[in-house]
Amino acid sequence: MLLNLPILPAPLTVGQTFVQELVRGKLLEHLLASLWRVAASTVLAVLTAAPAGLLLGQSARLNRIFSPLIYLLYPVPKVVLVPIVLLFFGIGDFPKIIIIFLVLFFQILVLVRDQAAAIRPELIQSVRSLGAGRRGLFRFVYLPASLPAILTALRQSVGTAVAVLYVAELFATQRGLGYYIYLNGSTLFNYPAMYAGIVALSLMGLGLYFGVDWLERRLCPWQTAH
Amino acid sequence: MIEFVSLTYAYPDGQTIFKDFSWGVQRAESWVVLGPSGCGKTTLLILLAGLRAPLAGQVLIDGKPLLRPRPHTGLILQDYGLLPWATVRENAALGLRIRTFYGPDGKHAPDEFQPAQDVDPWLSRLGLAPFSDQYPGQISGGQRQRTAIARTLALQPDLLLMDEPFSSLDAPTREGLQRLTLELWREQSLTLVTVTHSIEEAAVLGEKILLLGQPPNTTPAVVENPGGADAEFPDSPGYFALVRDLRRRMAAIE
Repeated sequence: MLLNLPILPAPLTVGQTFVQELVRGKLLEHLLASLWRVAASTVLAVLTAAPAGLLLGQSARLNRIFSPLIYLLYPVPKVVLVPIVLLFFGIGDFPKIIIIFLVLFFQILVLVRDQAAAIRPELIQSVRSLGAGRRGLFRFVYLPASLPAILTALRQSVGTAVAVLYVAELFATQRGLGYYIYLNGSTLFNYPAMYAGIVALSLMGLGLYFGVDWLERRLCPWQTAH
Repeated sequence: MIEFVSLTYAYPDGQTIFKDFSWGVQRAESWVVLGPSGCGKTTLLILLAGLRAPLAGQVLIDGKPLLRPRPHTGLILQDYGLLPWATVRENAALGLRIRTFYGPDGKHAPDEFQPAQDVDPWLSRLGLAPFSDQYPGQISGGQRQRTAIARTLALQPDLLLMDEPFSSLDAPTREGLQRLTLELWREQSLTLVTVTHSIEEAAVLGEKILLLGQPPNTTPAVVENPGGADAEFPDSPGYFALVRDLRRRMAAIE
């Protein structure tokens, strides 16, 4: 009896609805809107958190000054900031991007910082003895060393980022998978479409994981070549 | 070629390692710095490389005070000196790439430096050609040290500094690399300074052996070993006598 409830449609029904919604409906549009938000916040987070992490990892003094602040902010679930961010940045894509950015920023910052701080002094001395100054060390040591940390941070954050994306898309928008799932599940009671949205969300997460793996094989071949 | 003039150096925690220490090395000599751990032998090499500055006194190379790493000095450390994300060929070319990156400015690269990245002759010379596309994590310790040697020699140094270069290797690999080092030392007319805690390595590589004791070191204790650095020396009675003598002196220090 439980299985016949409309809130639990058969997988086949969900599959059919998924294809229909994707081809004829607006699901693809919502998916792309969500994907754009995730991609934009990822680029923004990498471009800001990686240099900041490198700086803190290289300078014990800066790290002493900033790490209390980081550890204070890092554990705060960024979802709680949704109302504040919406208040400050209004409607549109930007506040959603900022929320996901905050999730990714701290994860990347901490991992890149630890990676930069863990570079062996012997390696630094060797490369300095080859003639590298500050710029050379950055280009030939710190930058390539931080790449795996960035990718690890991204992989670890995909789940959280998608969860936060969903919450962020509940507010002040009519585009995105969060909006689509909520609309179909709680307003239109179109459960097969709601599940189709959930499938799209999980496929997007899967795609992001694959994307990170692909980048890792391309950018860090030494990690997989054993 | 190298002159330590009344040099004084202390660790940041205040422990004095060298106090009014004077010492000299002639061009094309092969020196070994021997001593127990904590005697300051690595510190001596770091000072020689220009990676640290003395608190007082001077390090002179070719009569000029050493203020920063010098383009014609090569440094090889025990391990961890290779970029784990770069292949053997890329690691060997790293010094040349850094020079190309800065250009011939006389500081990071010699004034007469011509941008070049061809390290293949060095890879073949050191038997690394078959591994040139592999990463440091995929090759043996001996091959990693060969890569470090190729990288350093590709820069055509006149002074080569090595810190415990072979101590993590097994005996046959170590002996092979010691022979190779001496061969290259002669062929490239290098000045060689090797730091080690191994008495046998000191006897094999050093024409002159500088013994360091418990710090602070004030006057250098030098053991002459004119037969050392000779291919047949390790099989001669002189070698065993020297090893015995060094062992006695080391025991007296500790």
